[in-house]
Amino acid sequence: MEAYFDNSATTRCYACVRDIVVKTMMEDYGNPSAMHKKGVEAESYVKAARETLASILKVKEKEILFTSGGTESNNLSLIGGAMANQRRGKHIIITEVEHAAVSMPASYLKEQGFEVSLLPVDAAGVVRLDALEELLRPDTILVSVMYVNNEVGAVMPVAKIGEMIHRKSPNALFHVDAIQAFGKYRIYPKKLGIDLMSVSAHKIHGPKGAGFLYINEKAKVQPQILGGGQQGGLRSGTENVPGAAGLGAAAAESYRDFDRKIAHLYELKERMAEGLLSRCNAILNGMPVKEGAPHILSVSFPGVRSEVLLHTLEERGVYVSAGSACSSHKRKASSTLTAMGLSKGQIESSIRISFSEENTLEEVEYCLSVLEEVLPTLRRYARH
Amino acid sequence: MLFHAFLIKYAEIAIKGKNRYLFEDALVRQTRIALDALEGEFQVCKERGRVYVYCPEEYDYEETIEALKRVFGIVGICPVVIYENKGFDRMAEDVVSYMQAQYPSFRESFKVHCRRADKSYPMTSMEVSAELGARILDAFPGCSVDVHEPSLNLTVEIREKIYVYSETIKGPGGMPVGTNGKAMLLLSGGIDSPVAGYMIAKRGVKVDAVYFHAPPYTSERAKQKVVDLAKLVSRYSGPMRLHVVNFTDIQLYIYDQCPHEELTIIMRRYMMRIAEQIAQKSGCLGLITGESIGQVASQTLQSLAATNEVCTLPVYRPLIGFDKQEIVEISHKINTYETSIQPFEDCCTIFVAKHPVTKPNIKVIQRSETRLDEKMDALVQTALDTAEVISIGE
Repeated sequence: MEAYFDNSATTRCYACVRDIVVKTMMEDYGNPSAMHKKGVEAESYVKAARETLASILKVKEKEILFTSGGTESNNLSLIGGAMANQRRGKHIIITEVEHAAVSMPASYLKEQGFEVSLLPVDAAGVVRLDALEELLRPDTILVSVMYVNNEVGAVMPVAKIGEMIHRKSPNALFHVDAIQAFGKYRIYPKKLGIDLMSVSAHKIHGPKGAGFLYINEKAKVQPQILGGGQQGGLRSGTENVPGAAGLGAAAAESYRDFDRKIAHLYELKERMAEGLLSRCNAILNGMPVKEGAPHILSVSFPGVRSEVLLHTLEERGVYVSAGSACSSHKRKASSTLTAMGLSKGQIESSIRISFSEENTLEEVEYCLSVLEEVLPTLRRYARH
Repeated sequence: MLFHAFLIKYAEIAIKGKNRYLFEDALVRQTRIALDALEGEFQVCKERGRVYVYCPEEYDYEETIEALKRVFGIVGICPVVIYENKGFDRMAEDVVSYMQAQYPSFRESFKVHCRRADKSYPMTSMEVSAELGARILDAFPGCSVDVHEPSLNLTVEIREKIYVYSETIKGPGGMPVGTNGKAMLLLSGGIDSPVAGYMIAKRGVKVDAVYFHAPPYTSERAKQKVVDLAKLVSRYSGPMRLHVVNFTDIQLYIYDQCPHEELTIIMRRYMMRIAEQIAQKSGCLGLITGESIGQVASQTLQSLAATNEVCTLPVYRPLIGFDKQEIVEISHKINTYETSIQPFEDCCTIFVAKHPVTKPNIKVIQRSETRLDEKMDALVQTALDTAEVISIGE
């Protein structure tokens, strides 16, 4: 049996996504900027995808910018957002648990003379609002908070954060990395006070190399890719038609029959969590199961190194990801788990199990039975 | 300038007396293998005690030189321009045009060296050299002849055609692989063992390799890394067979039965035993390791003695007196460094004790190993039977 529980890393494409990607590659392959019929055809796919995404978010079509994925969307938000607004201030806030696609651009901005504050999280991985209240200043120009943490599935109080930012720092743009949240929550940027929001296609059964950035029409962002002036000059380069079309199809499919899908994810997650606690002597990390994101479960097996457990499960067809990548040459503890204040033993033995709507209860049971089988041996041969 | 051929110079192998042809044939064979991987057609020929690579078609000069620089036994590579043999005057014109193309404003000292394969040529070698020298002096005012220490050595060979060359690119030296038997390299994912394989291959030894992996404690990527390293070594050593031995059960059994500070040394003894068995089955005449005295606990003289004790085949340790930095330099040169430093765990590091013994007493180790009597033979046999063999560079 094979059970793929690494859906926060990437997902399998929907069949409808494959079909539209193939169609835009093999039949309607024109350049959307071309003046002839072939170009118009191709453009219609991009337009349709834009409409789909705008209607899901309840925003304007012109507020959707197609990118190469989450990392580019985050880079453009941080660097483009900071550069365009630096006359109003140089203070930026990000959380301690951001993905590298946010924290690395923030480090770059720090080198460029911006001041970057780190917003701490509590033991469950959720940002502390009291700390945010203290950090926000009149010269704060950008605040970046992820909607759902990719490692532990902690869900951030985005609405409260948005309200607080706009009250205390009216000049600040609010960027939300929603890469793990889009498709799992109904997100309406206008209601939440979000100015910039990053989304990636391949986390929601779309193609890799595609994503978008929601940019509030009033927000100023400096383009980072210059060229032929496509997408209103904000992101030059021939539009990735198959990517955009695939992303549109994946988004539409993700929100179809939405409540049933989310209920299914929680059922998988709860069943897994119960089994892990009762049969595998595990420790669950992060928020209580029902409060955290429906598809992410972080779990530790003290005494068992994550990497070894990962490979053991892999041998039996179960795919998860290691909470922290460590090896003899390089030991890099997870920044999220460290920020949550977990013990070294808990961090080094953590794995992430992440679900998709395609997973089944049988797969959960299979994973649990494999764990029951292998854990006693792995615990016996713990490293000194 | 378009070169039509390369003259391959070799030194050491020319002194091997009656066996000389064996070495030359091996050099031809290894050169062919190295060039096979490239686009274009190459003819490698042994002619009158010299080896030539002819390039009748279009080819990539830089790539060809790089490939030849990896063939052990080659001391120098001379790019040759070939002209038609149509009388002395025509030859002199060609030689002057060669000089003009190669050294447009030549003002230094030179010497012309002529060889006649065709002894019926109407002039002697000395006469040809002198006359060509005069023509060059006329064509390049400011240059001079120096027969003792010229800055340019121009060679003109008169054969069915005229061969002209003046530059010698340094080859790797050593001896052609296949002239000195075969040995089994214990290849890990580290920096040292690929370098050790390279060093021994350089002396003409064909190399096969054995890698011990320990899933799930080591990953697919760690194994892929070793395959990649074997490929890099095989660019020098030629095709090799990589034996991948599953070592997990043996390691866990040792862990269960023996004192933990002796784990590494006992583990290494079993690696040597298994490697030796595979080596003997593959017709290898020795084992190769990347050990260097004192580098880690398992490489003290006492530890080396303890691992050495289990083998009857000689163990070659070409890096034994090298400092780490010297080994790193060679690994950069042979392009294995970047692959070696990829951070994947290998099976030597997963069960390391906090304080491993650094001065193992062979008697004590032997006594510890008696605790393995019950199952070890069967485990070793299984490891041998289930070893995967990967053909590299074929």
